Amino acid sequence: MKSERHKGSRALRLVPWITLALFLGPVLAGLAATALPAFGYLPALGGDQFNLHSWQRLFEVPGLTRAAGLSLWTGLLATLLTVILVFGFCSAMHDTALFRKSQIILSPLLATPHVALAIGLAFLIAPSGWLVRLVSPWLTGWTRPPDIAMVQDSLGLALVLGLLIKEVPFILLMTLSALNQVPTRETLLTARSLGYSPVAAWLKVVLPRIYPQIRLPIYAVLAFSMSVVDVAVVLAPTTPPPLSVMVFRMFMDRDLTMIFPASAGACLQFLLVAAAIGAWRLGEILVARGARPWMLRGHRKRSGPPLYYAWGGLVISLVALSVVGTLTLGLWSFAHTWFYPLALPSAWTLSHWLRHLPDLAGPALTTLLLGLAAASLALVLALGCLQNERVNGVGPASRMLWLLYLPLLVPQIAFLFGAQMLLVRLDLDGTWPALIWAHLLFVFPYVFLALADPWRAFDPRYRNTALALTGSRLRTFFRVELPMMLKPVLFAFAIGFAVSVGQYLSTIFAGGGRFTTLTVEAVTLATGNDRRVIGIYALTQAVLPLLVYGMAIVLPAFLQRRQERRNR
Amino acid sequence: MKHPDGLLLHRVTISLGALALIPETTLTVAPGEITTVMGPSGTGKSTLLNYLCGTLAPAFSASGQIFIHGRDISALPIEKRRIGILFQDDLLFPHMSVGENLLFALPRSVKGRHRRQDLAEQALDEAGLAGYYQRSPGTLSGGQRARVALMRTLLSNPEIILLDEPFAKLDTELRTVIRQFVFAHIAARALPTLLVTHDIRDAEAAGGPLLSLGARATDHQS
Amino acid sequence: MKKGVLLTLIVVVAACIPAAAQVAEDWESIVDKARGQTVYWNAWAGDENTNSFIAWVGRRVKEDYQIDLRHVKISLTSESVSRVVAEKAAGRDTGGSVDMIWINGENFLAMKDQGLLFGPFTQLLPNFQLVDTEGKPTTIIDFTVPVEGMEAPWRMAQIVYVYDALRLPEPPRSIPGLLEWARENPGRITHPQIRNFLGSTFLKQALYELVEDADVLGKPATDANFATVTAPLWAWYEELKPLMWRRGEQFPESGPAMRQLLADNEIDIMISFSPNEASTAISKGLLPDSVRTYVLDKGTIGNTSFNAIPYNAANKEGALVVINFLLSPESQAHAQNPEVMGNFTVLDLDRLSPEERRLFTDLPRGPATLSDAELGRPLPEPHPSWMDRIVAAWEQRYSR
Repeated sequence: MKSERHKGSRALRLVPWITLALFLGPVLAGLAATALPAFGYLPALGGDQFNLHSWQRLFEVPGLTRAAGLSLWTGLLATLLTVILVFGFCSAMHDTALFRKSQIILSPLLATPHVALAIGLAFLIAPSGWLVRLVSPWLTGWTRPPDIAMVQDSLGLALVLGLLIKEVPFILLMTLSALNQVPTRETLLTARSLGYSPVAAWLKVVLPRIYPQIRLPIYAVLAFSMSVVDVAVVLAPTTPPPLSVMVFRMFMDRDLTMIFPASAGACLQFLLVAAAIGAWRLGEILVARGARPWMLRGHRKRSGPPLYYAWGGLVISLVALSVVGTLTLGLWSFAHTWFYPLALPSAWTLSHWLRHLPDLAGPALTTLLLGLAAASLALVLALGCLQNERVNGVGPASRMLWLLYLPLLVPQIAFLFGAQMLLVRLDLDGTWPALIWAHLLFVFPYVFLALADPWRAFDPRYRNTALALTGSRLRTFFRVELPMMLKPVLFAFAIGFAVSVGQYLSTIFAGGGRFTTLTVEAVTLATGNDRRVIGIYALTQAVLPLLVYGMAIVLPAFLQRRQERRNR
Repeated sequence: MKHPDGLLLHRVTISLGALALIPETTLTVAPGEITTVMGPSGTGKSTLLNYLCGTLAPAFSASGQIFIHGRDISALPIEKRRIGILFQDDLLFPHMSVGENLLFALPRSVKGRHRRQDLAEQALDEAGLAGYYQRSPGTLSGGQRARVALMRTLLSNPEIILLDEPFAKLDTELRTVIRQFVFAHIAARALPTLLVTHDIRDAEAAGGPLLSLGARATDHQS
Repeated sequence: MKKGVLLTLIVVVAACIPAAAQVAEDWESIVDKARGQTVYWNAWAGDENTNSFIAWVGRRVKEDYQIDLRHVKISLTSESVSRVVAEKAAGRDTGGSVDMIWINGENFLAMKDQGLLFGPFTQLLPNFQLVDTEGKPTTIIDFTVPVEGMEAPWRMAQIVYVYDALRLPEPPRSIPGLLEWARENPGRITHPQIRNFLGSTFLKQALYELVEDADVLGKPATDANFATVTAPLWAWYEELKPLMWRRGEQFPESGPAMRQLLADNEIDIMISFSPNEASTAISKGLLPDSVRTYVLDKGTIGNTSFNAIPYNAANKEGALVVINFLLSPESQAHAQNPEVMGNFTVLDLDRLSPEERRLFTDLPRGPATLSDAELGRPLPEPHPSWMDRIVAAWEQRYSR
C-alpha cells in the first residue's frame, strides 16, 4: 500500500507540469506571434529582419494616445466602481435575506453572454431606446429621438456601465465564495459586540481578510475591461475607439501588413494592462496604509437604512438593467415591426423563431459538448494541481502556475494568431482536440480562480481523519474531499462552462471554420444588427450556461437533502 | 417596576416552533457576580447567548425583556447593547497586530493617537504581555491569545460580559491560570457576567449561582 | 522585404500553374474530381438572406455534383484571410482549410499581393462565358485593378441612398444639396465609422462629384496631387460634419448599425451598397414600408462581389464547381429575386437562351427598388490608393 501511495503522489506531482505543458506551447506561441511582428519579424508577410518600424507605424496612428487613455480610464473606472459597489453592497446588506439569496439571483447574469447584455443595454438607454420610448412623446414631447450621446458617449461612460452589469455579479460571487472561507459570522459578531455597526464591522474586520482572496479576480476584471472588444464595439465611442478596438481593427485591416503595427499595438495594450495592474496594486498598498489609522481610531459609525437602501438599490438597478435589457431583446425576437416611439412592437410574429429553431440544434450540441469537455478538463487539471499542492507542497511547477493567467491579460486577437499558427504546425487545427485546447486556455484560469481559494481553505483535519480511517488517498479524495467541496467544484465547473460558451475568437481561430457554436452564430449574425435575431441567439445562448449554473446550485442541495433524509 | 443594577432577564421564553427550548425564566445577575449556565448539548445554551446578543436565527421565537442596569436592550442591535463576549476561539483579527486589536476595541471617546496607544500598552502590561504590541496574533500561544482577547473585550467598556465556553480549548493547567485571570478582571470591574460551560470546575471557580438548563436532550443542534 | 514577397509569389504561382494547366484541359475531369468533396466557403454571415441563399446553393450542388458545401460563418473577411496567413506562416502550402472566400476588392488586392490566391481560374469556368464583362466592366476590373482571373464575380453592387419618404418627401440628389439639406435638418444624417468600407464609401462618393476632373481618380493618388484633388471634399465635409448625427463626433459601427438608426428615427438618410437593401428590409420588418431608394443625379459608384480560392485550398475542384454554379442563370436569377437576396446579376442577359432570360424578366421588383434605368450606369471605383489616403487623412484630421 505504501508504494501505491508513492506512485499516487508522484503522478499527482506531474499534474502541474502537464498543465504547464498544455499551456506553455500556445501561450508562448501566442506571445511570440505578438512580439515578433511587433519587432518586424513575420516572414509569411515578408518581414524577415528585426526593426522598430512596427512601433513607428503604430505611433503614427492618429488618436493612439487618446485611445490608450480611454482604455485606461474606462478599465480603471469600471473596476473601481465594481469594487466599490460590491464592497458597499456587502457591507450594507450582509445581514439581509436578499444578500443570502444573491448567489442564486446573480448566477444567471454570469451566464448571459457579454455582447447580448451590451446590446440589450444599448437598446434600453439609447435616445431611441426603450426607456425613452416609455415616456415619449406624451411626456417628453420627443416625436424624434433626441440627438444626445447616451451610448457611445465620448467619456466611455456607457461602456463602463456595460462592463459593470457583468463584472459586479462576477466579483460579488467571488466575494461570496471568499466569505465562506473565513469565520465571517463570528468575526462580525466579535466586532459588533465591541460596538461596531454592521457596515463598519464588515469593512474593518471582514474585508481586509477576504481581499487577498479576490485580488486575482479583480485583476482579471481590470484586464478584461481594458481589452474587451465586443462590448466596446457596441457601447464605446468610435473616434477614437478604445485601444482594444483600435488594435482589433488593425489586425482585421484589409492591408495585411497592418499586422506589424497591430502587433506593436497589442504589445502596448499588454504593457498598459500590466501598468494598470501595477497601479492598482500600488493603490491597494496606499489604501491599506491610509485606512489603518481610520480602522483603529475607534469610529463605530452607525449608518442606518438610507445607506442600506442606497447600495441595495444600486446593485438591484444594475441587475434590473441587464434583466430588462435581455427581456426587451426577447420581445424583439417576437416583433415583426417595432419603430420609434412605440414602447411595444406594432406587429408580432413567430416567424423568426420558426426560421431559426431548426438551425439551432447543431450549434447548440457543439456548444454543449465543447463546454462540457473544456470545463471538465479544466476541472480535472485544477483539482490535480490543487491536490498536488496539498499533498506534495508548493513545488516549482505550482509556483509557475501564474503563467496560466496570461491568456486573460494578452489581447486575444494577437495571442490567438500565434496559437493558431502552432495548431496548424501540429496539423491539429479544425479538430475537436484543438478546439477544446483553445477553449481550455481561457476556461482554465477562471476555473482555477474559482476553485483555488475554497480548496486551499478546506480544513486539512477532515482529510487527515479520512486518511487515517480509510488508509487510501483515492477513497479520501472521492468519499470525503470531493463531496464536501461539491458546491465550489460545481460552481467552478459552471463558470468554466459559461466561459467556454462565450468564446468567439478562439473558436474561429482554432476551429478552422469547421465548428459552429451558438456564440459564433450569434456574433456573426449580430454584425447584421437585426435585434430580433440577436434576441433569439442571446436567449438561447444564455440557456445552456443557465442550466449548468442551475445544476451547480440545485445538485448539492438535493444531495444534502437526500443525505439528511437517509440519516433521519 | 424598579429594576436592579446588573443584568435582568425578565420572563424570557425561547422556542423553536412548538418546542419550548427555554421555558419562562427570570434571572438577575448582580454587578461582579458570575452566573453559570450549564446543561447538556442541545438544551439551548447557545440559543440563550444568541438571544442576549440579539442574533437569534429567524427560526426561533422569543419573548421577554433584557435589562442592563435598568436599560431595556431587548430591541437593540448587538452593537448598541454594550455586551462583551468571549468565545471558545479567541477570534483575534489576524490582519491586525496584537496592539491594533486592542486599539480597535477602544471607544471613539478616547482621543489622541498617543493616549490610545498608551491605554493599549497598559492593557498588555496588565495581561503580562508587555512588549507584544507589534506581534501578530498568529505568533502567540493559546494562553496569550486568550488574555489578549479578554483585554480587548474589556477595553471596549462593556456593561456585561458573556463567556461562551472560553476555556474549553485550553489544557488543564493553563485553564486554571486563565480562569483566574478572567475572573479577577471581571471582579475588579464589577461586571455582571454570564458563563456558559460544560465544565463544573468553571462553575465552582465562578462561585456564583448556577442555572441548569433542561436535562432533556433533543436531537436539534442549537 | 519586397523581394521576399515577390519570390514567394513566384514560388506559389509556379506551384499552382501545373495544377491549373492540368484541369484547364478538361472541365469534365474537374467535375469528376469535385464529386464528393467538402467545400468550405468562408462568407460574411451578418445577413440572413445571404445565409439562406448559401444554404440553397449547398442543396443544389449536393444534388448536381454531390458536393458538400459548408458555410463558414465569419463576421469579417479578415478572419479567413488571417487564417490563410497563419497557414502560410506555418508552412501548410497544401490542404488548407479555406476553399472559397467571399471577398471584396480591397481584401482581394491584399491577398493577391501577398501571393495567397490560386489562379488564374476564371477561364476554366464554362459559365464565365456568360458574364457581361463589357457592359459591367467591374466584373473584371476590381477597384481599377485588373482581376486577371484570380477571382470570379458573383453579384453586382451599387451605391444608393435610402430615406423615409414620409419624413422626407424630397431627398437631396446631389452632394452639395446634401449639405444644404443638413443645414436645415441638423443631426439627421451619418455614415459608418471610417474604417468600415461604407464609411469610406460615403466620402468616396462625395469626392467623385466634387472633384474637378474624375479621370484623375482612375490612377493612383500621389503625394503631389492628393491634397489638391481632395481639397473640395474636405471643404464640404468640414461643413457637413458638425451638422451630422451626434455633431459628427460618433459614428455607427457598420452599415447595419446605421440602418438601425434609420429604423429608430435617429437619422433620415443613409448610404447603402445594395440597391435592394431597402426592399428586403421592408419585407423583413426592419425598415418602415415608407422607405425608398434614390441615386444622385450625377450617378453613383458601382462594384462587384467576388469569390476567390486561396493558394493552398484543399478542395480546389469543388470550389471551382461551386463558383461555376454561382454563375449559372438558375443561381443568378434566384439571387436576384428580391425575396431571396435581390442582388443584380453579373451575367449578360443577351447571351442567355430565351427561357433562361425569362427567369430574370419574370422576377418581381421590391417596393423600394429602382429600375435599371433609374439606377443608371454605375460609375467606376476610384483607384484603391484614394480610399487608403482618404481614410488616413480623415483619421489625421478628426481622430485625435
